[in-house]
Amino acid sequence: MERTTLDLWVGLFVAAGIGALIFLALKVGNLGSFDSARTYAVEAHFDNIGGLKARAPVKSAGVVVGRVSEIGFDAQKFEATVRLDLDSRYQFPKDSSASIMTSGLLGEQYIALEAGGEEAMLKSGDRIQLTQGAVVLEQLIGQFLYGKGDAAAGAEGEAK
Amino acid sequence: MIWGWPVPERSLIPIRHLGHRVIESVWRLGVAARFFVLTLMRSGTCARRPHLVIREVFSTGVLSLIIILVSGLFVGMVLGLQGYDTLQTYGSEEALGILVALSLVRELGPVVAALLFASRAGSAITAEIGLMRATEQIEAMQMMAVDPIARVVAPRFWGGLISMPLLAALFSAMGIFGGYLVGVVLIGVDEGSFWSQMQAAVDFGDDILQGVIKSVVFGVAVTVIALFEGFDAPPTAEGVSRATTRTVVTSSLAILALDFVLTAIMFRGV
Repeated sequence: MERTTLDLWVGLFVAAGIGALIFLALKVGNLGSFDSARTYAVEAHFDNIGGLKARAPVKSAGVVVGRVSEIGFDAQKFEATVRLDLDSRYQFPKDSSASIMTSGLLGEQYIALEAGGEEAMLKSGDRIQLTQGAVVLEQLIGQFLYGKGDAAAGAEGEAK
Repeated sequence: MIWGWPVPERSLIPIRHLGHRVIESVWRLGVAARFFVLTLMRSGTCARRPHLVIREVFSTGVLSLIIILVSGLFVGMVLGLQGYDTLQTYGSEEALGILVALSLVRELGPVVAALLFASRAGSAITAEIGLMRATEQIEAMQMMAVDPIARVVAPRFWGGLISMPLLAALFSAMGIFGGYLVGVVLIGVDEGSFWSQMQAAVDFGDDILQGVIKSVVFGVAVTVIALFEGFDAPPTAEGVSRATTRTVVTSSLAILALDFVLTAIMFRGV
């Protein structure tokens, strides 16, 4: 085959291969959804993070505004420390609250950020004070069962 | 007689046979490893004459494109159908994107592309070099003081090494497109959640990059096996045909075994 035709085909092949890799990185993977240069990090402490994982989304009003960057354990307070990278386009008041939610019944867990009313905004390195940990399904069922038991016992006592 | 014990000579034959085969296979492995190192050491010519490599990228990469793209599309479409069928039982059809993308990027992309590459390009390399040996072209080169490893083997090695990751990436991309076609266009899974759940679950470093690493390792394994089998083939018609068969069998087994080892190291962190 002619040398130039060969070069053309190989060039097309390599370009298509690199294009496929870029497609995988940007469209299939999560690279490029958040630029680390344009985020600020805040911290939040939770009593229980449930099944939260690093890179889980942080949502406010259902919109993804950041990602969980790091999960650690505070050995003094026996709490989970979670670092959030928030998009610097979005500013939140200092008294915003963070809670761990589940999307759907069996879906992935994410952090829901609810804006507060204060004037001052969260800055890089701040800590979110108001937090609510994950709801553990077993605890919920346990509470429900004991609640039922107590109610039944109360009803019996009244009958006597 | 072994150490004074009266052992009938005939009962030793199978054991001798086994020992002979083990020694021979270890010896072959050693020769193949030396061959690989020699190929790397004589690769200087490829840097000086890149057109030798480009020609090989054409014959291993570009000519494998059709089979890779078509198989990728069909594998993705089958994944879409089968995955939808199973996920539907749990009412989570939206996770179809995750299923298709993760299974392709992590496993099926590199492995199936490498298997196809072994049977499409690997066998061709072995047959070509084996025939060069049988028709004494390799010896002719040596007579002319042209190093056959630098001139024939090294360009094919680098050509295969460049083609393999690109083919695997094309296979994965095509497969995801096939899954999209069946899942979203044909069955009607919600398009937004198909892509967004996929993007939330597939990590660039953890999944895509490790798939690329796998395909590079498979590329090295397949081309080295193909080149060595060709170079080592007995210079007869039967020898070349056997070497070609051995290339496909050995490299397929090597791909699957290496896949297990790499998966154990990378995803489980053993």
